[in-house]
Amino acid sequence: MSDFLVFEGVSKRYGETQAVDSVTFSINRGEIFSLLGPSGCGKTTLLRCCAGFEDPDSGRIILDGKDITGLPPHRRKVNTVFQNYALFPHLSIRENIAFGPRTAGWTRGETDKEVSRMLELIQMEEYADRKVTEISGGQKQRIAIARALINRPQVLLLDEPLAALDLKLRQRMLVELDSIHDEVGITFVYVTHDQGEAMGISDRIAAMNLGHIEQIGTPAEIYEAPRSSFVAAFIGDTNFFDGTVTEVMDGSYCRLRIDGFPDVLAWNDKGLQVNNAVHLSLRPEKFNISREQPDALPNRNVVQGTVEDIIYLGSHTKYWVRVEDYRLGIHHQHSRYLLDTRPITWNEKVWISWFADDSYMMERYKPEDENLLVLPDMEVEEEVLPV
Amino acid sequence: MTTAADKKNREWLITGPSLIWLLLFFVIPTLIVFAIAFKPSTPFGGIGAGWTLTTLFDLSNPNYPAIIWRTVWISLVSTIICLLLAVPCGYCIARARRRSRNILLMLVIVPFWTNFLIRIFAWKVLLHPEGLLKQALVFLHLCSPDATLLYNSAAVLLVIIYTYLPFAILPIYAAAEKFDYSLIEASRDLGATRFRSFTHVFLPGISRGVWTAALMVFIPALGAYVIPDIVGGPAGEMIGNKIAQRTFVDRNLPHASALAALLTLAVMIPLMITLVRNRLPETDHRKKGKRIVE
Repeated sequence: MSDFLVFEGVSKRYGETQAVDSVTFSINRGEIFSLLGPSGCGKTTLLRCCAGFEDPDSGRIILDGKDITGLPPHRRKVNTVFQNYALFPHLSIRENIAFGPRTAGWTRGETDKEVSRMLELIQMEEYADRKVTEISGGQKQRIAIARALINRPQVLLLDEPLAALDLKLRQRMLVELDSIHDEVGITFVYVTHDQGEAMGISDRIAAMNLGHIEQIGTPAEIYEAPRSSFVAAFIGDTNFFDGTVTEVMDGSYCRLRIDGFPDVLAWNDKGLQVNNAVHLSLRPEKFNISREQPDALPNRNVVQGTVEDIIYLGSHTKYWVRVEDYRLGIHHQHSRYLLDTRPITWNEKVWISWFADDSYMMERYKPEDENLLVLPDMEVEEEVLPV
Repeated sequence: MTTAADKKNREWLITGPSLIWLLLFFVIPTLIVFAIAFKPSTPFGGIGAGWTLTTLFDLSNPNYPAIIWRTVWISLVSTIICLLLAVPCGYCIARARRRSRNILLMLVIVPFWTNFLIRIFAWKVLLHPEGLLKQALVFLHLCSPDATLLYNSAAVLLVIIYTYLPFAILPIYAAAEKFDYSLIEASRDLGATRFRSFTHVFLPGISRGVWTAALMVFIPALGAYVIPDIVGGPAGEMIGNKIAQRTFVDRNLPHASALAALLTLAVMIPLMITLVRNRLPETDHRKKGKRIVE
């Protein structure tokens, strides 16, 4: 079932700021769909429009074939899990979960039964009569989910649901959310700025920037084939190169000239011609780093550089390697024999190699797509920027 | 490193001065008033020697039940009306933008710049048969020319509400300002109408402010003396007037003390209820928590 929840040309402006600019997309029934982007990209505005807390200036929102655009929040079969949970402090956990059913006028028996079922789903039966002030963040999170789900919404909206939790708990809750989704099978719309969360839980992701959707796709599509430099930089780390095609070769490869960097071979999936400008993205884990020169292969790029910085992270090491004007970020996984080897160290000359197929090119967009190349203000790791 | 005992000592040191103040100027005088109620009176307004219960029997004066009843209902009704007015006011002020919020708060406080007595006399002028308000109402055919607005219980009620409304608005505003309005969104999201969100989420959320406001109106209203004296007339007398009358006209201090003691007890009862109520949630859930453990 596709087109279960449809946003049709939705726009919303706050004063001077165009929070959402004519956004159109649709969400399938039963999927976990993430709206991912930096703060101010419009993801929360879309969510609030869907919940009914904001009215879009123009456009329509259609849920299961019904236009819900003008409906007040209490008349939508949509429930929200709020970022700060927004649990009612004057009510016990049981009463919090029962709030929706009581409002809807369910019978006492049915309410009690459903509340117990929900408490079981979130494994919090023994806490039912506690005050919400006496439970932990992760527990509050689960109550907020149960309080929303008990109303049997058609869509569950989750607004940065894990943002207030610490890392370990976040990872555990992510798995839990996934299993709750498997259990109830309703459509989840998940808003987050955390690419790890989005990648981990989503069936599909909409990467948002400056009020637009830049790309919609599965996590793998978004990561491996980013449509814009924004998507490439925001989801995961990457190295960018600006180049020009100098030669188109057989087997869909092309040679690029890059100012301040050796010529490179790249996979020409965009069918570019000589003299076309190219924006190339190379994920840090696609590189191989070694002390010995690797064997030359037809589709392998090999350059030499100097190690400037090293961060050992256990699962892998991050190297920053200077190659002419560029400072490449490289992730390298070690074998178990790391301790028995002489590791690469600072100021060492190393060989960097990668396969032409592992780079991904984004053609230079037309002027009207200009914003696709603009990076918003955000924490960008040093390695993605050429020096 | 501070031990619990150190902390306790420091707490006593900090609260000590105010406790002494309360003891000297509140507890002891109140006890004296209670004591005088059990003393005989002398014909010249003094306090006689020995102890007696006659004053307490004097309280069965047939005029009193009507006056006490009037005092209670005027206080209750004025409290309820003040709350009905103060909750929307406090909400609006709390939700206003910072600039307009300060202006609105100023408007609530401005009446305090004028002396209390002068403001009540102003009401007397307004409600007077020849007064502005009366004339305006007659002009608009909202009341007959013969109706009296002054010297009755309604006038007392009106002026009490006018006087104590700011005291009700301020605590409710303070509570409404701290209220987390995302809870309203949550309740709307869960299917509640605006009205239900207001009654089931907002009101419980600001309940402490509402209780404080209720006390701030109810207690002074019970003890009102100047207001019924100026705008009430004989038909609007309250217990405060009787105490004044016993003190200044009859010069019967024990009798006045007995009435005052009665009033003090009457004030303490709602105060105690509120205190217990406000502490209740804590003890309540502790009990429930224990039950779970068992």
